[in-house]
Amino acid sequence: MAVIDPANHGLRLATRYAVLVLVAAIFVLPLLFMVMSSLKPTDQLLNDTSSLRAFLPVGDISLQNYYDAFARAPIGLFVFNSILVTVGTVSLSLLLCSLAAFSFTFLKWRGKGLLLSVTLATLIIPFETIAIPLLLLVSKLPWIGLEGFRIGWLNSYHVQIIPWIADALTIFLFVQYFKDLPEELVEAARVAGASWWQVYVRIIMPLSGPVIATGAILKSLKMYNEQYLWPLIVVQQESYRPIMVGLGYFFQLQVAWGEVMAYLSLITVPVLVFYLMLQRAFIASIASTGVKG
Amino acid sequence: MAEVRLTGLRKSFGDVEVIKGVDIDIQDGEFVVFVGPSGCGKSTLLRMIAGLEDITSGTLEIDGQVVNEVQPKDRGIAMVFQTYAIFPHMTVRENVGFGLTIAGVPKADKDAKVIEAARILQMEHLLDRRPSQLSGGQRQRVAIGRAIVRDPTVFLFDEPLSNLDAALRMDMRMEIGKLHNQLGATMVYVTHDQVEAMTLADKIVVLEDGQVRQIGTPMELYHHPANLFVAGFIGSPSMNFLDVDVGETHNDTATVSNPSLDPIEVKPTDPVTPGVKAKLGIRPQYLTPSSDPTKGKLHGTIELTERLGTETIVEVKLGDGTKVIAALSEDAIFDIGTEVSLTFDPDKAHLFGVPQAGSAAIQTESGG
Repeated sequence: MAVIDPANHGLRLATRYAVLVLVAAIFVLPLLFMVMSSLKPTDQLLNDTSSLRAFLPVGDISLQNYYDAFARAPIGLFVFNSILVTVGTVSLSLLLCSLAAFSFTFLKWRGKGLLLSVTLATLIIPFETIAIPLLLLVSKLPWIGLEGFRIGWLNSYHVQIIPWIADALTIFLFVQYFKDLPEELVEAARVAGASWWQVYVRIIMPLSGPVIATGAILKSLKMYNEQYLWPLIVVQQESYRPIMVGLGYFFQLQVAWGEVMAYLSLITVPVLVFYLMLQRAFIASIASTGVKG
Repeated sequence: MAEVRLTGLRKSFGDVEVIKGVDIDIQDGEFVVFVGPSGCGKSTLLRMIAGLEDITSGTLEIDGQVVNEVQPKDRGIAMVFQTYAIFPHMTVRENVGFGLTIAGVPKADKDAKVIEAARILQMEHLLDRRPSQLSGGQRQRVAIGRAIVRDPTVFLFDEPLSNLDAALRMDMRMEIGKLHNQLGATMVYVTHDQVEAMTLADKIVVLEDGQVRQIGTPMELYHHPANLFVAGFIGSPSMNFLDVDVGETHNDTATVSNPSLDPIEVKPTDPVTPGVKAKLGIRPQYLTPSSDPTKGKLHGTIELTERLGTETIVEVKLGDGTKVIAALSEDAIFDIGTEVSLTFDPDKAHLFGVPQAGSAAIQTESGG
């Protein structure tokens, strides 16, 4: 039996904590820098970057940058737009992709293997290569909305949502998860009289908590944080713009770094809240599936 | 309740044919067991009856209707799976009532049926539990309960007891037997366990390599196996086979012998001609130690003894190196290395020709 040397044990513990602190610092310091800088005038902010003062609330501290940021851009509207587009896209994406994965996994039809391969192959196509064809397409598509019939989807919420619903990565996540579910559950439900739709709604989706959480987290972060190029080219009206496009308001002739930091701090809050909420659900769902039923 | 008729049923997965033309008649209310070694196609055959596998060719009739293209839910069947397949996110009550919920049965009727099923399976106290709070045997009851409430015309069981421990398996086996007597429903049961087959079945279907080897009552299969495969598969311990030379043949008898066996006259199961090689099958239970070591039919040395309490199993190595198993009475005591002489009644021995794969299935008269 191995004998634990107390001194050695303490050293190992200290090393472990040192590594953990270092890693935590790498992730936390940029956030700290952002929040601290948002409280400082631009001149002081730039001077502080050469010292540790950049991470400390020292000097001329105020909320002035926040007032200025709100005066410069309709931040509330941008956050609202981003949340609306994110929630809309993620909800529809989870529904559509899970249905597609259900079909790929459980239904028997000719060519599904090929179609799944083609779907997954779209993962390697960068968005920039399809941006222009997609723009031409959505600019000519008809739409019937509250304001009536019109041609072209530009300057709307749906133009920011619909092209992003179908997503090969989410389909792949669901396919992998569904394959691991016992096939007998589906067969038992089928023999008991359930239609395919009932199998999907009553059996498969209630058992898919973990993959729904994973899909929702990945897709939400992508939609909220990274949607820049597409809204920039399809939305000219300020009222439909998301947060990332809104960032452009602060990069005029003279960059107001303090306001940029205030803006970034503000738009980070919803992400952190969302992530902390879902992360708990995520861990719980993984823990629950770990117990073999 | 219904009759089930399989006619020329075939199933291929790509180029591989796994069911090679199966004909079986299952009578109304009969308990039929499909038995065979792993990979013989018994589960596939059951899944074809359930509608979970397509039928490549042949016809499947339930209650006189051809159901080849009918959806599982419309075949009037219920199935119990080896892995129970109960839904982990539902309570026992919801699991048992699932089929009725799907069918839109009014809540009062559904509740009554669920409670009735729970009463039959003695699990009323479990109705509000989740599957994760149940033992293996309780989960299997839930799966059976889910089948019962639908009043199916045919019950299908796919190795339902394989995941249970030995003691529980025996209890559940007896309960399934009682359930059949109680409900009087047609039941088709797949197992590789011949004890389950022998104890539960009105009629056993022995399958090998996608073909029926014999159909008959358990005792017919035990006493009159139609071929070498069935003879070796049914019975525990397995039947002993001796390579013998066929000597003279008369009307319905043949004289056989080998270096360890003095010539004896037996009734051949397969037709044999003088001078050919054949297999002589003797069940371990029909071998008895001779009081006079020189007068038995087989002579050898004891190599192994197993005392099971109710009987003693001994392995005897014969002079030509062949090993035979004998199931002796519990008080038979032999030391390893002892020379023994074993005797048997030739009328209870079976003589088979050289085994031929793909020999025609023989259906004996069903007494069930």
